[in-house]
Amino acid sequence: MSNYHRYIVIALSSSALAVGTGLSLYAANAFAQQEERADAALNQLVHEPPTMEDLEDSDLHPELKKVIRYGYDLFTNTQQLRGEYVFNDMNCSSCHLGEGRVPFSAPVWAAAITLPDFRGKNQHVNNLEERIAGCFAYSMNGTPPEYGSDEMLALSAYHQWLATGAPMYPDKPIYGRGFPAPEQPETPSYARGEAAYQENCAICHQEDGSGHYENGEYVFPAPWGDGSNNWGAGIARVETMAGFIYQNMPLGQPRSLTGQQAWDIAYYINSQERPQDPRYTGDVAETAERFGPTFHNRSLYGQTREHDGHVLGDHANFGEKGDIQPWNVGMPRFENLSEE
Amino acid sequence: MKTSMWGRLSLLMGACLMASGSIAQEGDAERGEAASATCVACHQANGGGMNIPGGESWPRLAGLNANYIAKQLHDFKAGDRQNATMVTFANMLDDQQIADVASYYSQLPATPGQGGDNADEALLARGQQLAERGDWNAYIVSCQSCHGPGGQGVGETFPGIAGQHAGYISAQLNAWKSDTRSNDPQNLMGAIAKRMSEEDIQAVSAWYATQPAAEGEATQ
Repeated sequence: MSNYHRYIVIALSSSALAVGTGLSLYAANAFAQQEERADAALNQLVHEPPTMEDLEDSDLHPELKKVIRYGYDLFTNTQQLRGEYVFNDMNCSSCHLGEGRVPFSAPVWAAAITLPDFRGKNQHVNNLEERIAGCFAYSMNGTPPEYGSDEMLALSAYHQWLATGAPMYPDKPIYGRGFPAPEQPETPSYARGEAAYQENCAICHQEDGSGHYENGEYVFPAPWGDGSNNWGAGIARVETMAGFIYQNMPLGQPRSLTGQQAWDIAYYINSQERPQDPRYTGDVAETAERFGPTFHNRSLYGQTREHDGHVLGDHANFGEKGDIQPWNVGMPRFENLSEE
Repeated sequence: MKTSMWGRLSLLMGACLMASGSIAQEGDAERGEAASATCVACHQANGGGMNIPGGESWPRLAGLNANYIAKQLHDFKAGDRQNATMVTFANMLDDQQIADVASYYSQLPATPGQGGDNADEALLARGQQLAERGDWNAYIVSCQSCHGPGGQGVGETFPGIAGQHAGYISAQLNAWKSDTRSNDPQNLMGAIAKRMSEEDIQAVSAWYATQPAAEGEATQ
């Protein structure tokens, strides 16, 4: 078995290393060895997922390798499902950088070892397929492939294979999970965010947030507008966007912006329009209230933009998918289980 | 192509150029051909440049984005990009001539890259991996995530690197790595180059030298 397939529970002396050293080491090697991993807190589960080269070298069944390769291909080129399951300009890897493997970029193997679990967003227990389906409905502004379909199985297989060697239901926090947000020194500012966006982000993502296609091929994803995720996607929450930006942007320069810049830019981006939340009831205030406690209390959905009075999400524009309803949204689960 | 956005971006970049003492302006390819007399000794009459193993390779200019070429010339003049040979020739060109030669070269058909033919299979495979997928264990993002599919360039900021000479690509990556070139926006290239090993640099250089360039603007 390859030595890449390992997990390490680290126990660093947290006082030994300064934060600044940690950042430069992190940028130099996302999967630094434990003694170098300066910014890892005590007692976390550190897992280095296998690479596609490891897959080729492994003893897995050739048919399984094919399916995992297909899952990888779907993950990094999700646009091949455009018009069927995907109705915006995103790939899975637009947000989950580094093929879903990289710490602090919501590495997706974490889902494979922590699910099934209760999920606050839809208030029931989700498995891996249902979690992936959620990304199709919200982040991809689409509708998911059927549970058990070739696409869904391949994506699941890729996720689970990335988790090779990591323990199910770990009893320690997972190193690099999600998009941890930085400290927020001051309340985010739209004006500061706009200036910082134009200075640091627009060269790739464009002044109007439309991203960039070159000769019809996707290059830079759209942070807002019809090409972007809809209002129900996790990254529509300001904190999540701030974490994504701080930990990953500009591309290749993680943690190069200040925490304040990341929060300001996130606030600016998430103050722009995007396709309607598929949970929309027909009324933005009602939708914001109904899904407030589980979600929208952390987004700007339904709020009035200060500088122009625009109510965010007050429209019936569902983007390119039109009136297609993602079949998984609002699907009742476990109704036969008695109340405890 | 989002023409209006690029138009506005060009305006913005124009403003930046003006701030650094130069002006973005419309180039005339015919006038550019005349002005290119000063360039052909190295960059060749067809704009193909030359790969010179062990020496200073001269980049292919044919088919590169006009505004990218113009920015480099302005940067040479302003000292924001350093090359002893180029600063001399760039200083011979005024702003209009820079726009003209940039327009001229952008419209020439791209010629093939040189210097990748002798690379072995393993080196090319590593180059392809870095080009298309990067090496995230070393936090090296893929080349194509900015230089576009096939490394054929994105707008005027991210030049086409496919079909460029291996000697030139590796010299530039080494220049970024050693901080002797830093005229990229927001250190986007510098940050990545510093994480690349010498072998990585040879690998991507060889790979892209063997890949087809984007067709010139004249043929689009």
